[in-house]
Amino acid sequence: MKILVCISKTPDTTAKIAFTDNNTKFDVNGVQWIINPYDEWYALVRAIELKEADASTVIHLITVGGPDADPIIRKALALGGDEAIRVNAESSDSYFIAMQIAAIVKQGAYDLVLAGKETIDYNGSSIGGMISELSDYPYVALATKFELAGTKATITREIEGGEEVCEAALPLTVSCQKGMAEARIPNMRGIMAARTKPLKVVEPITADTLTRVAGFVLPPAKAGVKLVPADNVEELVRLLHEEAKAI
Amino acid sequence: MSVLIFIDNAGDHIRKASQEVLSYGAKVAEQLGTTAEGIILGTVTYDLTTLGKYGVKKIHQVKDESLNQLDTQVYTKVIAQVAEATGAQVLIFSNNVDGKAIAPRLSARLKAGLVSGAVALPDTTEGFVVRKNVFSGKAFADIAVNTAIKIVSLSPNAYKIVTGDGTAEVVNFNATVETSKIKVTSVTKASGEILLTEAEIVVSAGRGLKGPENWGMVEELAKVLHAATACSRPVADAHWRPHNEHVGQTGYAIAPNLYIAIGISGAIQHLAGVNRSKVIVVINKDPEAPFFKAADYGIVGDAFEIIPKFTAAITKMKG
Ligand SMILES: Cc1cc2nc3c(=O)[nH]c(=O)nc-3n(C[C@H](O)[C@H](O)[C@H](O)COP(=O)(O)OP(=O)(O)OC[C@H]3O[C@@H](n4cnc5c(N)ncnc54)[C@H](O)[C@@H]3O)c2cc1C
Ligand SMILES: Nc1ncnc2c1ncn2[C@@H]1O[C@H](COP(=O)(O)O)[C@@H](O)[C@H]1O
Repeated sequence: MKILVCISKTPDTTAKIAFTDNNTKFDVNGVQWIINPYDEWYALVRAIELKEADASTVIHLITVGGPDADPIIRKALALGGDEAIRVNAESSDSYFIAMQIAAIVKQGAYDLVLAGKETIDYNGSSIGGMISELSDYPYVALATKFELAGTKATITREIEGGEEVCEAALPLTVSCQKGMAEARIPNMRGIMAARTKPLKVVEPITADTLTRVAGFVLPPAKAGVKLVPADNVEELVRLLHEEAKAI
Repeated sequence: MSVLIFIDNAGDHIRKASQEVLSYGAKVAEQLGTTAEGIILGTVTYDLTTLGKYGVKKIHQVKDESLNQLDTQVYTKVIAQVAEATGAQVLIFSNNVDGKAIAPRLSARLKAGLVSGAVALPDTTEGFVVRKNVFSGKAFADIAVNTAIKIVSLSPNAYKIVTGDGTAEVVNFNATVETSKIKVTSVTKASGEILLTEAEIVVSAGRGLKGPENWGMVEELAKVLHAATACSRPVADAHWRPHNEHVGQTGYAIAPNLYIAIGISGAIQHLAGVNRSKVIVVINKDPEAPFFKAADYGIVGDAFEIIPKFTAAITKMKG
């Protein structure tokens, strides 16, 4: 079985969010980059577990990004996976990115494509669905569990206010969230092995962009907290009712 | 030309998220000088004509029972047929579970630019620009859509429901419906509870509550407020509370009117899921807890003393 795991690079969860160039660019000054948590903890680790259960499994990682994504994809390789592909293009348009990944899916004839639930910077939740359509694969979004028996997958996915279990045959695209697997830390052996694992850089295919970021805006700063003494909870209730009109 | 609004099929009722997109879509149609129409796949047990009160003139229903189960591959092809037949210029979804599954697929199929997680009406003065959430609620981005057909998925709780007194004409749309490749074998629903992602008020508690046995008072507070309950990640990880209550960077991102955080320190990853709440109340015994910086109202004190008083004061106020 061949699995493709989509890996994206995102600012560390504690990164300061600021913008430059007249609020059109994210200020990368001093920002630490990480593997998008959903991609790492859930998609990648679940793929590694599947390989541990069946050694004939092949895991490829894909990222669409510039050379500055290399440390991130190497870190992902250190966790596990056999080889990585970087499509050498920078874009903020989900369709463009999905077109690149779909082209790789087609070439590699992958049985299973795993993506994260969303990137924590763009919050699109879009790439998984787009790749599925472009590769004509069934798509199970927001999965919390994934089991495989032969070519039949049993998946638990989130539904509005609950969850459901479904079955589907491979090939398949799945977007992964909490529940799929437990986070792992790369060990020394993995880190050493990652240095020699192949990282193929390929040029992008021609694809349109459907959207463009016109600018960024920061939310207005909070006015500051109004503290109410602990022995006067009635006052808090009054403020919430009369001033904030929230209850 | 039309604005086509996707209505989730919840069977016997219309979801709050669908009421929001209908209201939003009607306004977008008004902005563009066109009509708002709805689309619903599968069968429902309530009267769809009543949805006219949200401003839609017509509802296209594809009455095929196999569509009562969501399969994005099948849905996308059906919605594309309706979009083509109605000349839809803008398609609107909720950015909820169903919307996240379907809208991106449809975007790729129609080659229609998608803005997911919209928080405001489009700005149509120059092109079509929609504000959306980015960086987990820490910022917004204005996204310009370049394509003839546009898709917007609206963040839950970002647009106020508007009702009038219209009725909608319901038309049966004869679509080609493929057989699903996904078989649903079981469904588990938390019934009768208020959906966390749709709740107006959320009462949330963290490690400061010490253990699962102390959640009774949190639930009581939530009950008098008609609120949903939530928790911080360590609380869900320790199985003190079910994981579907976990909010934050790696859990649900919510935007209620009122978020009450009790015994939660306010780590940046927690804030990422709740910082779009309109009003934040923090109860924490540590005056230095970072959460106070993000709060509108706060009490420095012991949760075990304050929660019962809070519940009593609300009950009294509500008379
Ligand atoms: C990549 C990443 C992702 C993460 N994602 C999430 C996420 O999605 N959601 C999330 O919540 N966390 C997330 N975290 C964890 C986060 O960093 C914090 O560790 C977590 O939010 C802390 O939970 P807490 O506030 O309940 O516990 P603590 O930090 O232990 O805080 C407990 C608070 O309770 C107060 N307290 C104690 N006793 C009382 C009392 N009797 N009365 C009143 N107050 C009291 C204390 O003063 C303290 O402020 C993530 C972390 C990482 C690294
Ligand atoms: N540039 C990228 N390269 C590879 N995979 C990506 C990229 N961007 C997003 N993804 C994948 O798509 C998922 C959803 O991303 P998004 O639609 O941007 O929220 C992520 O969790 C990744 O798995």
